[in-house]
Amino acid sequence: MPTDLAQLRHEPGVSKPDPILVVDNMRKRFGGIVAVDVDHLEIQRGVITALIGPNGAGKTTFFNVLTGFDTPDEGHTVFNGENIDGAKPHRLAQKGMVRTFQLTKALTKLAVIENMKLGAKYQKGEHFLNALISPIWRGQEGDIERRGDTLLKRFQLGHMRDEYAGSLSGGQRKLLEMSRSLMAEPSLVMLDEPMAGVNPALKQSLLDHVRELKDEGISVVFVEHDMDVVQGISDWVVVMAEGAIIAEGPPESIAANKLVIDAYLGSHHDAPLDFSEEEAILKASDRGGETVGGEEE
Amino acid sequence: MHFVFGVFDWLFILQQSLNEAFDVNAIVFALAAIGLNVHFGYAGLLNFGQVGFVAMGAYGMGLAITLWSLNPFLAILVGVLFAVVFALLLGLPTLRLRADYLAIVTIAAAEIIRLVARSTAMRGITRGAEGLNEFIGPFRDLSPFNPSHDYGFGPFVWRGNQFFAIVVGWILILIFLLLVWQLMRSPWGRVVKAIREDEDAARALGKSAYWYKMQALILGGVIGGFAGMVLAIGNATVQPDFFVAPLTFFFWLVLILGGVGRVWSPVVGSVIFWSLITFVQNLGRQLVDNGYVPTSIMDTSQVDQIRFWIVGIALALLMVYRPQGIFGSREEMALDAH
Repeated sequence: MPTDLAQLRHEPGVSKPDPILVVDNMRKRFGGIVAVDVDHLEIQRGVITALIGPNGAGKTTFFNVLTGFDTPDEGHTVFNGENIDGAKPHRLAQKGMVRTFQLTKALTKLAVIENMKLGAKYQKGEHFLNALISPIWRGQEGDIERRGDTLLKRFQLGHMRDEYAGSLSGGQRKLLEMSRSLMAEPSLVMLDEPMAGVNPALKQSLLDHVRELKDEGISVVFVEHDMDVVQGISDWVVVMAEGAIIAEGPPESIAANKLVIDAYLGSHHDAPLDFSEEEAILKASDRGGETVGGEEE
Repeated sequence: MHFVFGVFDWLFILQQSLNEAFDVNAIVFALAAIGLNVHFGYAGLLNFGQVGFVAMGAYGMGLAITLWSLNPFLAILVGVLFAVVFALLLGLPTLRLRADYLAIVTIAAAEIIRLVARSTAMRGITRGAEGLNEFIGPFRDLSPFNPSHDYGFGPFVWRGNQFFAIVVGWILILIFLLLVWQLMRSPWGRVVKAIREDEDAARALGKSAYWYKMQALILGGVIGGFAGMVLAIGNATVQPDFFVAPLTFFFWLVLILGGVGRVWSPVVGSVIFWSLITFVQNLGRQLVDNGYVPTSIMDTSQVDQIRFWIVGIALALLMVYRPQGIFGSREEMALDAH
């Protein structure tokens, strides 16, 4: 763990020495449900921060609000020292906060390399009138293409360069999305469940790529279910439950945190069953193996 | 040198079919479909009111002359402006919403234009149902062709004024095809196509989906406006009841026939559509005239309706056996299945 985080107390809303993202009093309601209810959160620059929590904790909504894809009912966000309240997603991306999606958004009918080139910022040829005159943008296009090729090689997608992105496998799409976000030269990458639906072999390679982002000085925030993944690569873990931040700290401290275990497993998970609960479970199994309180996903 | 096979005048049928394939109607359909191709084929915008843009172009240009007596070039500019304003009116409220909202709004807006233009309240401006008829003079003055001469070669022969409209029309088609081709190979086109695939992905990479969709809506609309102007010059009249809602679906048909999202497809689709429809019509007439089909089953006036049946069946078969259209790529279509 980086030394600058070692000194911090392990409590929700603790201030960080060099925050890239600061959230204050953020609320998002859907009818009567408060999906996000965060008093204060700081994300440290240059490290990997994991955002975890049980299903329905509000992680994805929080993510959408942070990246501008959803608007909060109240609250303030400061990114790189600049207030970004109400900023549109494309503005945030231009400012350096680039996200990926839980359900990968590869642009299926564009070639892999075109997917990459799309990510580059400040393209002259993206203006209507400039687009009409090739010499204006051709040079820049060449540079972007070279950058795209380099990144594709690094993410083991070089051989797929000219294929439709729609012909990639699920895992390759995750790789494409991650490498495409790098084309935008972000200072903060927000990964929404980067490991979801990825086979174990590819998972390791994805993890290595996430670590490489950090080595390049890019800050990473990612949403994840899998505790093993979180333990393996994150420097700092933020735990959400019922919309609020309930714990913060380095991964080792989180695994032992009573609040976190309760949030995941319920506060009575280690109490013995009483007679009526046992009856209910036995009845259910007699009816044909239905699970009681089974997994959601 | 008519070679008559049985009693059919095949040469006449072919000549008529080829004529129609390059005549004003085919040009109007091709231009309108090029506009639709920008909307749907590249930007993924569901525009079910393309005929509204055609009407705006025709009325804008016509009114500029009948009402304000502008010179022809300024009149064309007014036609363009009408189409741009229509695009803004449609786009501003709907382009931030899901794709189907634009579809609903466009189909209604196109009908509103037609109904307003033909209403008695607008008689003083649009001449109501009578339409605009006194604007053609300044355009004919520009024509280098003698109105009482025939121009063309082989089966393609037109009178001077008609020929003028056709030449101007095909030049416009060429210009817009080049424009679309250049745009769609540029980074601008890449953003537009990305938005067609997944708007949120484009936004997450720093592209304003709203702004690009608006640009595409305006561009396709203006091309549709030019279709209206060619129509007005070719027919020397602007009739409100020409711009009925089903016309939009013929533009769609032409686009899908050629293959969505390919530069050339609207033009090829239009040429095939018009030659096919004329071929079936003339063949049908001769069948009836020569007694091969008894009048108790069908008379000549009914041929005009039957031709749409036959072309409809032919197109349905095309969709079954070649759903991607003539130029489309099957591989690309298969990607939709994910």
